[in-house]
Amino acid sequence: MSPSNTDVRKVARLARLAMSETEIESARAQLSGIFNLIAEMQAVDTTGIEPMSHAQDVSQRLREDKVTETNQREAFQAIAPQTEAGLYLVPQVIE
Amino acid sequence: MTWEIVIGLEVHAQLSTNSKIFCGASTAFGAEPNTQADAVSLALPGVLPVLNRGAVERAIKFGLATGAHIAPRSVFARKNYFYPDLPKGYQISQFDLPVVGNGALAIHVPASGKQAAYEKTVRITRAHLEEDAGKSLHEDFHGMTGIDLNRAGTPLLEIVSEPDMRSAAEAVAYAKTLHTLVRWIGICDGNMQEGSFRCDANVSVRHPGGELGTRREIKNLNSFRFLEQAINYEAQWQINTLENGDAIHQATVLFDPDSGETRMMRSKEEAHDYRYFPDPDLLPLDIAPQWIEEVRATLPELPQAKQARYVGELSLSAYDAGMLTASREMADFFETVLAAVPKDAKLCANWIIGELNAQLNRDGLDMAQCPITPQQLADILKRITDSTISNAGAKEVFRTMWDAMLKRGEFNSIIISAPSPQISASGSSNLTDVDAIIEARGLKQVSDSGAIEKIVDEIISANADKVAEYRSGKDKLFGFFVGLAMKASKGKANPAQLNDILKRKLNG
Repeated sequence: MSPSNTDVRKVARLARLAMSETEIESARAQLSGIFNLIAEMQAVDTTGIEPMSHAQDVSQRLREDKVTETNQREAFQAIAPQTEAGLYLVPQVIE
Repeated sequence: MTWEIVIGLEVHAQLSTNSKIFCGASTAFGAEPNTQADAVSLALPGVLPVLNRGAVERAIKFGLATGAHIAPRSVFARKNYFYPDLPKGYQISQFDLPVVGNGALAIHVPASGKQAAYEKTVRITRAHLEEDAGKSLHEDFHGMTGIDLNRAGTPLLEIVSEPDMRSAAEAVAYAKTLHTLVRWIGICDGNMQEGSFRCDANVSVRHPGGELGTRREIKNLNSFRFLEQAINYEAQWQINTLENGDAIHQATVLFDPDSGETRMMRSKEEAHDYRYFPDPDLLPLDIAPQWIEEVRATLPELPQAKQARYVGELSLSAYDAGMLTASREMADFFETVLAAVPKDAKLCANWIIGELNAQLNRDGLDMAQCPITPQQLADILKRITDSTISNAGAKEVFRTMWDAMLKRGEFNSIIISAPSPQISASGSSNLTDVDAIIEARGLKQVSDSGAIEKIVDEIISANADKVAEYRSGKDKLFGFFVGLAMKASKGKANPAQLNDILKRKLNG
């Protein structure tokens, strides 16, 4: 299976990437390579093998439910482009 | 042509942990903007999530309380979308391997119009752990949007039902039962104004028995009233659309409480493509059987088990049992009162459902703020059962005590309208408080049969004509005599005794 330029445009839009037509063409070629690799892997018989959700066979360590962080707003906001009244300001978004 | 409404609900319950789901920032409501947004909440480069044990424990509790399957291994996934109140660019959620699956909730749908009340079971498809996003403030910041990330990373349990509900009333009954349950087991404070419990409703219509229709999802309903209004409006809109020969298109809609209408937010074509995949920063969550058993041991008796016990062992009505289990505070209060007057379950129930609830409503309090202790109410009831006071007298004692306790709560001093008996500081049981009020208000019943007989004799001799009428068959006059006797005793005659004596003398 090989992705079309339309597929590439859709993926680029979802990832918020602006791509020129030449970039789309080269990305399509690269994605085709990846798709071929996936197709090769999918050809392997995995009957009866449980899918892994992580490369290591270990499980999640848990944290006690305790508040350990203190207010460091000033430090964090010192490196923010724009703040006001304790808020981070971003270009207007109304869905 | 008849239509059937099909509803499934997705409820987001905010879990009552102290810290966030993947970091140690506080979850307290109402803090100054961004004072609880640490490096993880802000998604600064290099930070990693560490899962909060308290959040998992609450999910297990919920699973146990709904008879669900608790996954021995569940997986966290990234749900990708771009929005400034989600600084990572993805929400950590669970996708194909949620922590809780296959539960059920029994609901009681109250009577309405010609429809009698009925019971029903709603299946719970799954419940999964996820993090909340931050808050966007669209007020004018010079054409910019303000972002507060205090809420980002707050633990949520998303509880997804099967499309088992067939009316807005059923959906509301399910949401209310769920709301009671999460508070009962202490996993969520249920505060809907603060957004701790939010509902999304998937609504479709079909001809009974037919294929499921195309659904539209109503987002973010934060009151039971809106839930009901939104579903009713949406279902009628879909029926009208179909009857006009048009088709329903899958969409997400918003409910506008001002107009009472739903309006489209985005269509299926515009629907997000979330590109879920397992989060490589988080290992699979293993829940050992031993942990499940430890959590099980901490579960309180659940509302439905209590209701069954109240009906079976205490012979209360299903209505009373339902009222008494409306909240855990209410049930605990009832059981503490009952422990002091164990033979009088119905009396305890009547007082709590009637007088106590009425006073709470009058003063705008909830059960947790009840000024009277269960011991104090038990003392009052003891004085009813030993015939010291009548029910009416008991109400006066109750209100006097209530107001005194309320005032003391406010001013931290003992103030009672004169004559003023002192109320013991602890509110514990010693009967002296109740007896002091009975004494001060002159509420003690006359249970001395000699005294009552004397009153009755006087009334009979002073009303010979009425007595004759009564004896010739005008039974209704009995009430007239009771009234006179009560008046003569200044309302203090023991009513049961008075009735007996009056009946005996009138018939004699």
